[in-house]
Amino acid sequence: MSVVELDDVVVLLGRFPALAGASLRVDAGEAVLLHGPNGAGKSTLLRLCAGLLRPESGSARVLDTDLGRDRRSVRPRVGYVGHQSMLYDDLTVAENIRFWGRAAGVSTEQQEASARRMRIEERLFDVPVSRLSAGQRRRTSIAVAAARRPELWLLDEPHAGLDQSGRDIVDALITDAAASGGAVLVASHELDRVEPVVHRRVTIIGGTAVESEGTTRVR
Amino acid sequence: MSATGSRTTRVLGVAVLIGAALLVYLAFVATDPDVRIDATSGEEIGQFDAVRLIYVHVPAAIIAYLAFFVTAVGSAVVLKNRSVWWDLVAGASAEIGSLAAALALITGSIWGRPIWNTWWEWGDVRLLTTLVLFMLSLGYLAVRRLEGTAEMRAKRSAVVGLLLIVNVIIVNRSVEWWENQTLHQQSTIADATIEDLTLFTLFFSMFLGLAAYVWMLIHRFRLAWLERQDERFGLDEAIERRRAEAEGVST
Amino acid sequence: MLVAQKDLRIELRSKVALNQVVPFALLVLVLFGFALDADRASLTNFTPGLYWVAILLASVLAVHRSVGLEAGEGAREGLLLSGMRPESVYLGKTLALIAQILVVALMMLGGVVILYEAPVDDGLLLVAALFGAVLGVGAAGTLYGALLGGQRARETVLPILLLPVLSPVLIAATRAFGDAMGTVATDGWQWTGLLFGFGAIYLALGVVSHGVLMEEN
Repeated sequence: MSVVELDDVVVLLGRFPALAGASLRVDAGEAVLLHGPNGAGKSTLLRLCAGLLRPESGSARVLDTDLGRDRRSVRPRVGYVGHQSMLYDDLTVAENIRFWGRAAGVSTEQQEASARRMRIEERLFDVPVSRLSAGQRRRTSIAVAAARRPELWLLDEPHAGLDQSGRDIVDALITDAAASGGAVLVASHELDRVEPVVHRRVTIIGGTAVESEGTTRVR
Repeated sequence: MSATGSRTTRVLGVAVLIGAALLVYLAFVATDPDVRIDATSGEEIGQFDAVRLIYVHVPAAIIAYLAFFVTAVGSAVVLKNRSVWWDLVAGASAEIGSLAAALALITGSIWGRPIWNTWWEWGDVRLLTTLVLFMLSLGYLAVRRLEGTAEMRAKRSAVVGLLLIVNVIIVNRSVEWWENQTLHQQSTIADATIEDLTLFTLFFSMFLGLAAYVWMLIHRFRLAWLERQDERFGLDEAIERRRAEAEGVST
Repeated sequence: MLVAQKDLRIELRSKVALNQVVPFALLVLVLFGFALDADRASLTNFTPGLYWVAILLASVLAVHRSVGLEAGEGAREGLLLSGMRPESVYLGKTLALIAQILVVALMMLGGVVILYEAPVDDGLLLVAALFGAVLGVGAAGTLYGALLGGQRARETVLPILLLPVLSPVLIAATRAFGDAMGTVATDGWQWTGLLFGFGAIYLALGVVSHGVLMEEN
C-alpha cells in the first residue's frame, strides 16, 4: 500500500515553482531519505505531504487522500518536524507538550511516554522553551509529534542541533516507525548518518525527484 | 489579446467621451442655476450655481455603492467556487468604487460649503456612511496588495470584500440611530420644483456615470486578467528553468 | 477553550497586556488631558469618547500580540497540523483577547474616574456596555487579525482595516457611556443592545470564516 503517491506535482511558493513536477512513491513500512542541494525542494516536498502546501498541478495522494481536494484530514495523521519548533516560547516544555497533546486529542500517558522516549530530562519540564538549547527544542518538537503516533513521519533535518544520544534516538524512531508499518520521509544532508536506517535514497534537484540506483536495504 | 480594448469598449469609450462633453454643455450652459423667489420676502433664494455639482455628485455616489455591491457579489462567488474571474472583477470594481466614493465626498463637501454653510457635517447619515465606506475600501485595497499566492489573496480579499458591505450596513444603521437626521435633501426628483431639463441632465449624468463605470471596469478587469495570464505564462518557463537545475549536477 | 487557556497562560507569564498595553492606554488618556488643557469641564464631558478612543487604540496592540503568538516559530502550522477545528481556535483566541481587553478596560475605567473625575451615575449600564463593546472588539479583532496572519505588513494594515470596522462600536459605546455618566441624554441600554448585536454578528462571521483564513495558501 502506498502512503505517499506523487505524480508530476508542481508546488508554487509565490510565483516560484519550488517543486517542478516531482514524482515519488513511498510504501508503508518504508523509510526514505531525501537528499539534494540546498533549495532543491526537499522541505517543500515534506510540507506538501504534511498538507501545508497546495499542489498547483499533478496528483498528490497522501494516506489515501487527494491533497488537491482535502488537506485538512491528512494533517493530524502525519508527524511533521520542520525547521521551526512549533512551540510557544513563553510556555514551559511540559505546558507545550500538554497543549499540543490535548489539541490533537492525545492521552496524558502517551504524551509522557513520548517525552520519556525523547529522553527529555525531568528538570527541563518546568523551563520555558525560550530558554532551551536548539537540541532540547528539537527533542521537544519531536516528542510532541511522536505523541500523536503518526502514520507518516516527515522529518526535515531531524539531526540538526542534536547531540549523539539525540541522534541515536531519532535513528531508533525512524527504524521503529518503519518496522511498525508506518512510513518515514527524512530530508538530510548527513548521508552517512541516515543511510544505514533507511531503505531507499531519493535525490531531489531542481524541484524534481530522481530515484537513486543501488538502494540498499540495511537492517 | 494584447490590449485591454476591443471594438465594444472602444465604442463605449467614445460614447462616454461624447457623453461627457454633452454633460458639460448641459450642466454649465443649457440648464439654469437654481434660483427661486421666496414667496414671503421676495428675495432670491436657492442653490444658484452650486446645484450644478449634483451632476457629478449623485452619479459618483451611486457608482460608489453599486461598485461595492458588485465587489460583494464577486467576493461571495469567490468564496463559493474559487472563481478567478470574479476575484478580478471584485478587485477592479473596488478600485473604481473607491475613486467614486472619494469623488462623491469631495464634490459633496464643496457643495456643502455654500449650501449647508459647512465643509463637513458630522451626524449626517449618508455622509458618514460614505466616509466609512471609503475608509473600508482603502483597507480592502490594502489587503489585495498583501503578499502571498494568488489563491490566498483571492480568499482573503473575498472575506474582506464581503465583510465590507456588512460593515457599511452596520455603520449606516448605527449612525442613523445615532443622529437620526440628515441634512441631505430628500429625493427631489418627484418634486415638481425641478425643471424638465435639469431633471433630464441629472438622469443623463447618472446614465453616463454608469457607462463610465462599466467602461473602466472592463478595462481594469482585462488588465488584471492579462497580469494573471502573464503570471501563468511565466510559470511554464519558470518550471523549465527549475528543472534545468538538475542537469549538470551528478547525483 | 484550550486555546484560550494557552493564550491567557502566556499572558500571565509574559504580562505584555499588563505591562505594555495598559500603560499605553493610560498614556493616551494623559495625553488627552494635556491636549485639552486640563479643562476639567470638557474632560468630564468628553470622557466617554476619549476613553473609547484610547481603548480602541490599545485593542489594536492587543490584537497584534494575539496574532503574534501564532506567527512565531510556526505555531500557526502547528495548529493546522493538530487537527483542531478552526472554529474552536477562533473562539479560544477571541475569548482570551476579550479577557485581556476587559482587564485593560476596567483599569482604564479607574483611570478616567481619577484623572477626568468622570461621574458614574449608572454603574450597571456602564459595565454592561463595557462587556458588549469588548465582545465586539474581541470578535472583530481576532477575525481581522487572523486575516493578516503572519503578513509582514500586518502592523500597518491592521489599524486601517480594523478601526473603520469598529466605528459603530465607538459610536454606540460612547453613547452608552454618556448615558451612564449622565453627560448625554440618550437611552444607553439601547446602545448596549446594539453593542451586543455587533459582537454577536462578528462572532458568527468569525466562526464561519476562520477555517478559510487560517490556511496559508
